[in-house]
Amino acid sequence: MSGPSTYEPKTGVTRWLDTRLPILRLAHDSFVDYPTPRNLNYWWTFGAILSFCLGMQIVTGIVLAMHYVPHVDHAFNSVERIMRDVNYGWLIRYLHSNGASMFFIAVYIHMLRGLYYGSYKAPREVLWILGCIIYLLMMATGFLGYVLPWGQMSFHGAVVITNLFGALPIVGEPITTWLWGGFAVDNPTLNRFFSLHYLLPFMIAGVVILHIWALHVSGQNNPLGVEPKSKADTVKFTPYATVKDGFAVTLFMLLFAFFVFYMPNALGHADNYIPANPLVTPTHIVPEWYYLPFYAILRAVPDKLTGVILMFSSIGVLFVLPWLDTSKVRSMRFRPTARLFFILFLVNAMILGFCGANLPDEFIFRIGEDGPGLNWLWLSRIATLYYFGYFLLITPVLGLVEKPLPVPDTISSPVLPGPDLHNEQKA
Amino acid sequence: MLRKTLVLAAALGLVIAGPAMASGGALHPKEINWTFNGPLGKFDQAQLQRGFKVYQEVCAACHSMRQLSFRTLGEKSGPFYDEHYKNPNDNPYVKAIAAGWAQQVPDIDSETGDPVLRPATTADRFPAPYPNEAAARAGNGGALPPDLSVIAKARHGGADYIHSLLTGYRATPAGLKAPETLHYNAYFPGDLSGSWSGDKHHVPAGGLIAMPPPLAPGKVTFDDGAPSTVEQQSRDVAAFLAWASEPKQTERKQTGLAVMIYLLLLSVLVYASYRRVWRNESH
Repeated sequence: MSGPSTYEPKTGVTRWLDTRLPILRLAHDSFVDYPTPRNLNYWWTFGAILSFCLGMQIVTGIVLAMHYVPHVDHAFNSVERIMRDVNYGWLIRYLHSNGASMFFIAVYIHMLRGLYYGSYKAPREVLWILGCIIYLLMMATGFLGYVLPWGQMSFHGAVVITNLFGALPIVGEPITTWLWGGFAVDNPTLNRFFSLHYLLPFMIAGVVILHIWALHVSGQNNPLGVEPKSKADTVKFTPYATVKDGFAVTLFMLLFAFFVFYMPNALGHADNYIPANPLVTPTHIVPEWYYLPFYAILRAVPDKLTGVILMFSSIGVLFVLPWLDTSKVRSMRFRPTARLFFILFLVNAMILGFCGANLPDEFIFRIGEDGPGLNWLWLSRIATLYYFGYFLLITPVLGLVEKPLPVPDTISSPVLPGPDLHNEQKA
Repeated sequence: MLRKTLVLAAALGLVIAGPAMASGGALHPKEINWTFNGPLGKFDQAQLQRGFKVYQEVCAACHSMRQLSFRTLGEKSGPFYDEHYKNPNDNPYVKAIAAGWAQQVPDIDSETGDPVLRPATTADRFPAPYPNEAAARAGNGGALPPDLSVIAKARHGGADYIHSLLTGYRATPAGLKAPETLHYNAYFPGDLSGSWSGDKHHVPAGGLIAMPPPLAPGKVTFDDGAPSTVEQQSRDVAAFLAWASEPKQTERKQTGLAVMIYLLLLSVLVYASYRRVWRNESH
């Protein structure tokens, strides 16, 4: 895709370095000369936004770790000390806590973009799978981090999530004990969660490098889903993509800053400002918003083990998506029926989110005061069915039966000035 | 046709609203137009001083505030901030408050090693009214008065909720069986259907709280001559607790304004660069 390197070292020093470690050549080929499809829209800026998020989380996290104390007696107070007595501690902590939410907003948009434009299809399967691994690592990191302030939601969230492994037959109990470092969520648990919370972001960074490597081998997908065929189809990464990404990152920072400075606790739960108390269970334990759809899937079935399997399968199914999709056409721009099901999928995912946030037995509506109605449990069952149906049934079958719209031959044919596709078709 | 639709819609509305009205739950907190609301909001220093007095003279008898240092009272946007004392540890008000606090600070005599009590200094955190949780429970009929350091962040509704709760005590509704140690409050979360003997579709809103009504007219004498009504005391102490939950929030909002303006200008500049870079490229 990238072709032969065009890097030419200009000074004596860079020539010297280039024959020893061609790192500047790598940077030049990857981030300057790298050809990107000219028709990328703003949905393609989330890669840059996510890099920004990862960098922000790591930098703020390192500073927080200088002040945080991972001990059950001090964790809550050390976080409050950061808020009150550490210089700009409030800013660093709010950047970090809201940064997690921003990271997930961006990753969900990034994944949905991949789904809509078929970015997971050949030759980008490995790229997609690496992305799924990053997402899994993010979920783990987010969960571990939420435990650290040692508030009520931290503690009881940790109890609920670690107990999920207890549902596994035979190995369940030893695994849970091993995770806890004891027979209950306690100081050893907090200690290891802190250690792992510091480790995982660097693993994410490692997989991100592989993700970018795979991306630069296959090249970017684009809104039309046709591979670039000539130089006319692409522009150089710098300045074209960098400036566009830069603009998108700035807009994203505006949203981020709005949360950090004006509603820093809106995405969290008030109960997490109550110090952890193993003897008092909160009236309802809710995970952070970004886990809610999966929490709804977990609770959709009465059997705990089936729930756990369903929840992990809901992410596992993403890994095999490249082989479930039978359609040869990448972009849903040319697949009107698939687009309809995709929009339903999006709405369904949000419904699952609401199901996860509400009490399963509570009724959404009811005919009369004690009559039949729909509660959140049954809604989450319907939505779970659609979630899996979308991947396991609709995606494979639709690719075989639908009749896609005509796909242009090249990227430049519909975007460069000249007779456009629609008029040609009419003629 | 239109009438039919309207009737149907109304019927559906009743079906949905029915269970919502029947279920108990606490009343939604009163929404107060606080001076510190909104992106440009700031605390009213006089109100913070009154609120601090309510805490000191009423709440502090049972409720600790372990996260709050005396010096924080004299920090910028705090109740006793004085521009003549940039270092709050020099602020005479703050020094006097610390030295005169009802509880002393447990310490160790550096000469003899004996445990002693000494007066608090500005560097100390607020000493707690009870030495430990068991003592706090024993003094309050088994209930633990929560620490108030971050209470406005630890309750849905924040200052609105605190004010609503403090002014939300009502006579126990007839038909509600409440033990004498618990008090009916329309804003306290709870489910009263278990102790309610009346119509099961009209369970009273709210819950039973162990804290007796803490405020009363004239209970605190305000130094600025503000009327000492329950409403006034409640609003002032709620504002003080909102400040104490995050003493840096005024600084946060002020920094935010500068950051937002900077980012807006930056985004305009970057957008202009984007337009210029792409001016000859179709996309």
